[in-house]
Amino acid sequence: MTLSRRRFIRNSAAGGVVLAAPALIGSVARADDGPIKLGSLHDLAGPLAATGEPMVYAIMLAVKEINDAGGLLGREVELINYDTQSNIQLYSQFAQQLAVRDKVDVIHGGITSASREAIRPIFSRFRTLYFYNTLYEGGVCDRNTFNTGTTPAQTVEKLVPYAMNLWGKKAYIIAADYNYGQITAKWMRKYVEDNGGEVLSTDFFPLDVTNFGPSISRIQAAEPDLLLSAMVGGNHTAFYRQWAAAGLKDEIPIASTTFGLVNEPATLEDAESRGVLGSYGYFEELQTPASQAFVEAIKSEHGAQTPYISELAAASYEGVHLWAEGVKKAGSVERMAVIEALETGLSFEGPSGPVVVDPKTHHVTRNTFLAEVVESRWNVLETFEQQAPLDTAAVCDLEANPNDTTHYIIDI
Amino acid sequence: MQLLNGMTGALIGSAIAAVGILTAPLYVDLFQIMQLTVFAAMAVLALSLGFIWGYGGILCFGQTSFFGLGAYTYAVAAINFADSTPAILLAILIPVIFAALLGYFMIYGGISDVYLGVITLTVSLILFNLVNSTAGDFYKIGDARLGGFNGMPGVPTFNLPGNPGYILTPEQAWMVTGIALIVVYLGLRLLIASSFGRIIIAIRENETRAALLGYDPRIYKLITFMIGGAIAGFAGALYVNWGAFVSPTIFALGLSAQIIIWVIIGGRGTLIGPIIGCLLLQWLVTEIGAQQAFDANFVLGAILIVFVLLVPKGIAPTLRDMVMSRFAERGDAPPDVSVKVKT
Amino acid sequence: MDIAIIVGLDVVSGIASLVLISAGLAVIFGMMKIINLAHGEFLMLGAYATVLAVNAGVNIWFAMLVIAPVFVGLVGVIVERCLIQFLYGRLVDTMLATWGLSLVIVGGTTMIFGNTIVGVSSPLGGFQVGAYQSSLYTPFLALMALFLMTAVFAVMRYTRAGLIARAVMQNPDMAATLGVNPARVYMATFGAGAAMTGLAGGLLAPVAGVVPTMGAAYIAKAFITVVGGGTSVLWGLISASGLFGFINQIAAFLTTPVFGEVILFIAAVILIRLLPTGISGRFFKGRL
Repeated sequence: MTLSRRRFIRNSAAGGVVLAAPALIGSVARADDGPIKLGSLHDLAGPLAATGEPMVYAIMLAVKEINDAGGLLGREVELINYDTQSNIQLYSQFAQQLAVRDKVDVIHGGITSASREAIRPIFSRFRTLYFYNTLYEGGVCDRNTFNTGTTPAQTVEKLVPYAMNLWGKKAYIIAADYNYGQITAKWMRKYVEDNGGEVLSTDFFPLDVTNFGPSISRIQAAEPDLLLSAMVGGNHTAFYRQWAAAGLKDEIPIASTTFGLVNEPATLEDAESRGVLGSYGYFEELQTPASQAFVEAIKSEHGAQTPYISELAAASYEGVHLWAEGVKKAGSVERMAVIEALETGLSFEGPSGPVVVDPKTHHVTRNTFLAEVVESRWNVLETFEQQAPLDTAAVCDLEANPNDTTHYIIDI
Repeated sequence: MQLLNGMTGALIGSAIAAVGILTAPLYVDLFQIMQLTVFAAMAVLALSLGFIWGYGGILCFGQTSFFGLGAYTYAVAAINFADSTPAILLAILIPVIFAALLGYFMIYGGISDVYLGVITLTVSLILFNLVNSTAGDFYKIGDARLGGFNGMPGVPTFNLPGNPGYILTPEQAWMVTGIALIVVYLGLRLLIASSFGRIIIAIRENETRAALLGYDPRIYKLITFMIGGAIAGFAGALYVNWGAFVSPTIFALGLSAQIIIWVIIGGRGTLIGPIIGCLLLQWLVTEIGAQQAFDANFVLGAILIVFVLLVPKGIAPTLRDMVMSRFAERGDAPPDVSVKVKT
Repeated sequence: MDIAIIVGLDVVSGIASLVLISAGLAVIFGMMKIINLAHGEFLMLGAYATVLAVNAGVNIWFAMLVIAPVFVGLVGVIVERCLIQFLYGRLVDTMLATWGLSLVIVGGTTMIFGNTIVGVSSPLGGFQVGAYQSSLYTPFLALMALFLMTAVFAVMRYTRAGLIARAVMQNPDMAATLGVNPARVYMATFGAGAAMTGLAGGLLAPVAGVVPTMGAAYIAKAFITVVGGGTSVLWGLISASGLFGFINQIAAFLTTPVFGEVILFIAAVILIRLLPTGISGRFFKGRL
C-alpha cells in the first residue's frame, strides 16, 4: 500500500539518522557540525507522482549505501525530502526552505523543465549545489548545476537511424506540446533528414488531450513508414491505445523517446505495446550485475508496487553517488570545492555503466541503450558506449564562461 | 451587512499588523520571511476574489486569468524595461483592461451565476492553452521569451522606484508585500463603507430592487469585476517578485479552485476571512509536503468537505459570531477580528 | 472520399464521447440543479472498476457494461446520503463539497492502488475504409451513446419513475404536495447519474490512459458541455455535444489539437454569451 510506503519514505529519511547513529559515535565524534545534509525535491502526489516516486527511492538507496559505507568524510549523510505535489509554487517554496533554512549541502531534484527553471536561480542565489537528474531537452549551462540525465543528442541520434533502417524513410512526428516535446521534435527532424529521410508532418498535443481520433486519421492520410513519438503523461498513453484499437500498430511502427519512461509498458497490454522502440540512458531490464543489484535493492525495499525503475531513477542514484565522489575528492562539502572536484571529470560506475562528468557542460557522458517492447517489458537490443552530451556542448562552455547561467534553446 | 466593528477597529488592527510586518525581520529568520512573502502575495489574490464574490456576488471561477495576466505582464515588462515600477503599473493596467472587456461581454450580456463561472473558467483554460504553446523562439515580446510550459525564469524582482540599480532585499520585499496586503485590505474596507460599497451590496442582495431604486446593476458589477481584476493582477506582480519565475500553471484549474477554497474556508462576505483561509491553507499544504504522511489531495479534499458541511459560513464569521455572543452576555464590545492579519 | 468518411467518423466519435462523458453530469444538473465536480473521478472509478475486474479474470463486456455502472452507482448513492443531501439548494456549496470529494477520491485511489495500473485493451478489432483503418470500438462507442440517450428518453417519457422524475424536476414543492418524496427521487437521480458516469468510465477504460488523475482531463469539457446545453437533460446534452464535438474534431483535423481545444473553448464562451441559459433554455424549453 502506498500509504505505508509514504510513511516509509518519511520514517526512513528521518530514521536513517537513528539507525546509523550508534555506528557513528566512534568514528564521527570529531565532526562537530553534525550530518551532511542532502535535500531532495520530488513530486509524490498529483500527476507526476508516478515519476517522482522511483526517483526518491533511488536517492534513498544511494544515501543508505553511502552511510552503510561509513558516511562521507566520516560524517553521516542525512536526506531531507519534500513532496512538491506536482505544484510549481511548492518547488520554489521548498527550494528556499532547503537552501535558506535547512542549509543543505546539495540538492537533487526537479522533474519537469519548468520546475527546474523555477528552482535553479534560487540555488544560484543562495549558493547551494544543485543536481538535476532527469532526461530533458538539453541546453542548461550553469556552473552551479549538474545534469545527469540524457539529452536528445545521446538518444534520439541512435534511435532515429535504427528505426529508419528497419522501417523506411518517411517519418511522421508526434510530440507533447511543451518545450521538451517541441525541442525533441526538432532533433527528430534533424536526424531523419541527416539520414536521408523525410518528415511528412509534425503534430503537437497538449498534455490534457485524450481523444486522438482526428490526429490518427491525419497520420494515416499522410502514409508514413514510421511514427516518431515524444508523447508525455497518463493522458497521452491513450494515444497508443487508440492507435492499436484502430489496427494501425502493425501497419505503422512506432519509435519513441518517452514511451516507457514512466509506466507505459506496464499500463498497456502486450498487443498495444509490442514492438515499440525506445532509447534511454537506462532500462530496468538491463542484465548487467550492477543493474540487477540496483533493481533488486529497490524492489526488495519497496515491494511489488514499485513503479518502473527508469533512467530517471538510475540517473538520480548516479547523481547522488557522483556528488559523493566529488565530496570525497574535495575533502569537503564546500560548494566550490565540490564543483571543482567534479569538474576534474569524475566518474562513477552506476547501474547503467560508467557515468563521467563533462566539465565544459556539467552534463554527463554515459552509456545509452536501445530497446524494444516485448510482453510489456523492454528487451535491450543495443548498447552505445559513452555517449557525450554533444547538443549542449554546441552552445555551452563553462570553462570559457564560468558565470553563464542560461538555459539555451539549441539551434538546430 | 455587518462590518466587523467599524473602520476604527480595522485601522487599529491594520496598524498593529503593519508594525508586526515591519519588525518581523528582527525576530523571524530569512526563510520564514520569504515564506510569509508568498503567503501575503497569495492573500492579496484571495482578497480580490473575496471582494468580488463576497460583496459583488460575482462567482468567478477564473480569477487566475487576471492573476496570471498580471504575473506575465509584470515579467515581460520587467525584463524589457529593466525597472520594476512601470512593470507593476502595467501588471495592474492590463488585467483591468481585460476584466473590462470580459466583464462587459458577460455582465452586459445578462450572464450570471454558474454560467458566469463557466465562462471565466473557460477563459482561464484558453489562456493556459495559449501561453502553454509559446515554447518556440519566435514567441517573444521585446527581449522577453515567453517560454511555453517551461515558463520565464530569472525575472527581475522589485527595485527602488526610480533607481533600477537598487534591488530590494528579501526583507524589504517582504515589507512591500505585507504592507501591500494591508493597503489593499484597508482600501477595500473604505470602498465597502462608501456609498459605492453600499450599492454593490444592495445589488448582491437583490438586483431587481436595486435597479428599481435607480442604480444600473450592470455598471456597478462591471466596476466591481474590474477592481477584482486589478487586485488579482497586482497580486500576480507580487507573486513573480517573490519567485522571480512565472509559468503557465499559474492559469491552471488547480489554483483557480484553491482561491475559491480559501474564500470559503475563511468566510465569504468578510475581507479578513479570505486572508485567514489563504494563510491557513498555504501553511497546511506546505506542512503536508514536508511531512509526506498523507496524500496532499486527500487531506485538502477532506478539509474542504468538512468545512462545507460543518462550518459553511467559514472561519471568520463563525469566530465573530462566537465572540459576539460571548461578549454580548457580558455587555462588552467585541474586539476586531482583523488583528489576525499580522500572522 | 475515404478521408471524408474517416473524418466523418471522427466527428461522430467526438460527439459520442462528449455525450458519454457528460450524460451523468447532465442528468444530475438537469434534475437537481447541482453540479457534481467529482464527476471526473466517478469516470475514473468506472474505469478502475473495469480494469480491476478484467485483471481479476472477469469478462471485459460484463466488467464495462455491468460492474462499472453498478459500482459507481452505489458510490453515487452513498455520496448522496452522506454528503449531497445536506446541501440541496446550495449550488455553490455542492460544487465545493464535490470538488473536495474529487480530491479525496484521487488521493484515496492513489494510496490504495498506487499510480500505475495495468490497463485493458480494446476488445474489438479495426476495420478498413479504402486505404484507411479505424477502430470498430469507435462506432461501438457511438452506438452506446445512442443507446444511453434512447434509454434516458424511454425511461423519462414512458415509465412512472420518469413521470415522477419530470414532476420533481419541474416543481419539487408541487410534487411533494402530491405525495412524492423528493428526497428519494434525488437520491435515485444522483445514483442513476453516477451509474451513467460509471458506464462511461468503463467504456473509456480501453481507449484512455487509466491513472488516478485522469478525471481532470474530462471534467472541464463535461462541465462546459452540460452548462452550454442548459438544464434540459436530453436535448440540451445532445445539441451541445453535437455542436462542441463537431467544432472540436473539425478544428483539430484542420489545424492542430491545441487550436482544436482553444476553438472549442471560444465557441463555448460565445454560445453561453448568446444563450445565457444554454441551448435548451432557448430552443427546447420545457422539454426533456
